Amino acid sequence: MSERNVKLEIRDMSKKYGNGDGVEHINLKIYEGEIITLLGPSGCGKSTILRTLGGFLDTTSGDILIDGKSIIGLPPEKRPTAMVFQSYNLWPHMTVYENLAFGLKLRKRSRAEIDASVQEHLALVSMSGTEKKYPGQLSGGQQQRIAIARSLMLQPAVLLLDEPFSALDAKIRQQMREELKRIQSELQITVVFVTHDQEEAMALSHRIVVMNKGVFEQVGSPTEIYDNPASKYVASFIGEMNFIDKEGKTLAVRPEDVAIVPEGEADVNGTVRMIMVLGHYVEVHVQCGEAVVKCFLDREVSDRLDLGDKIGLKFEKYHMF
Amino acid sequence: MFKYLNPRRFYHAVGKKNFWEFIVLAAFLLFFYGPLLNMFMLAFADIYESPAVIPQEWGLKWWDFVLQQKSLRSSIVQSYMVAIITTICSMVLCIPAAYSIARFKFPGRKLFMLSFLLTNAFPKLGIYTSIAILFYRYNLMGSLPGVVIIHMINSMMFMVWLPASAFRSVHRQQEEAARDVGAGPIRTFFKVTLPMATPGIAVATLYTFLGSMEEAQGTMLVGLARIKTMPVEMYGIILDYPGQAGAVFSILLLIPSIVLIFAMRKYIGPEAIAGGFKMK
Repeated sequence: MSERNVKLEIRDMSKKYGNGDGVEHINLKIYEGEIITLLGPSGCGKSTILRTLGGFLDTTSGDILIDGKSIIGLPPEKRPTAMVFQSYNLWPHMTVYENLAFGLKLRKRSRAEIDASVQEHLALVSMSGTEKKYPGQLSGGQQQRIAIARSLMLQPAVLLLDEPFSALDAKIRQQMREELKRIQSELQITVVFVTHDQEEAMALSHRIVVMNKGVFEQVGSPTEIYDNPASKYVASFIGEMNFIDKEGKTLAVRPEDVAIVPEGEADVNGTVRMIMVLGHYVEVHVQCGEAVVKCFLDREVSDRLDLGDKIGLKFEKYHMF
Repeated sequence: MFKYLNPRRFYHAVGKKNFWEFIVLAAFLLFFYGPLLNMFMLAFADIYESPAVIPQEWGLKWWDFVLQQKSLRSSIVQSYMVAIITTICSMVLCIPAAYSIARFKFPGRKLFMLSFLLTNAFPKLGIYTSIAILFYRYNLMGSLPGVVIIHMINSMMFMVWLPASAFRSVHRQQEEAARDVGAGPIRTFFKVTLPMATPGIAVATLYTFLGSMEEAQGTMLVGLARIKTMPVEMYGIILDYPGQAGAVFSILLLIPSIVLIFAMRKYIGPEAIAGGFKMK
């Protein structure tokens, strides 16, 4: 993977709103065929970046390049990007077929070519046979599938997804995630995904950009970000984490990295406060002074514990901030 | 047979609540449809003397009479002409205004919207008289453009407010999605925004057309005697001829309204109209 092509490059891009919010000095290289996720709480600037890529927001300064060519001055209709919004993607007065064919008709493609492409892409998103339906007759998840199909039909250089699944039920959301991953690996397209859901980001991405207040906190693969969070913010945003104050610094340890040991060998001692069986593992809360440490333990270990037991905890892997 | 029409029998048969509901409904129907029914009856009466309930002689005499009057026929043509021109002109003028109110935030936007209410808030006759002074100066008195302008002033509130709310109900993402797949701003407007706002615009257009068809005050004042639409002619008929001629003419006036309302019944409803008056 050493000679990967840079598909999209953001160079020192800034976008400032009138009220002073926005993003500044954004630098990012996105490689061909990868799914990169911009992850952060609402208002962190992730959608701002995505909208500048799509051409729906102009930038204050900096440059955006796709395949080495600047696209900064182009309106959305001239950019080689395709965007899927959170909702209201489809035009309710057109059938699914008309929705899909709209872009290709503008490009003056032949009827046969459009037909073939519509069929092919409906099959790709598992929606064959819905050509004559209107968007209002489809469920939310189905509408998003059609929206994704419409974007893919234009064979965009980069596919932009702006929280496309966040309006859907949890179960459908999971399904759509798997589906998107399958489609992406089939077509090998470059995807920029925006979400506030860390689980979604972890499940989907090749790389994650964790954002906070308009700044990149960390860029890395899901495992890098999970195992080696660069800041306390990243550590708290991704997965479960215990924070323990120690000599003026903060020690961060994942619940699965806490082991039960005899009191003498322990990093900290505490009392068992709560035991919750969550299927294949057990969540145990241990009161250590002021703090409560959460641990994920195996059943054999937790079966030997009782509420009120005095135990020692050892942190096998931890981070100091 | 008739004993079943006895009120007491009826009262006990349907119960107290239903009985009074029935009475209220019957009174309402009589009040609402009575005059209409009377009008239809009169239109087909050759001879009718006032105290009688039912005309003495039925026939189509007055239809012949009305349709033979040259001035009446020309007023029908003129009415449609004025209404069509008014509708087209106010669409051209008001729909872009509605779009900008819906999409762009500019200072004084709310005041601008409220200003359309002003023409409807003051006594019409006062406004028309002051307009007449201006019209004399610009030679618009007694001219078709003058009458069209008067009609447009009346329709502006509907023609801006209803389409504005229709445009607002089109989500921005839907426009952005069209831009995204390659449509320019103008094509996006005509292929996505306008079709989605069509129901609201259609209702506004309907009101404009019907409003123009029935406008009499301003047309009389500004049109002098040169522009004679059907409602203007109506005044003369009521004064000069028996009631039957007026009834025939009323039915002629009703026809376009009924046809249009029937054609667009899907879009016309309390919700559609109420939706247009939301201010945001």
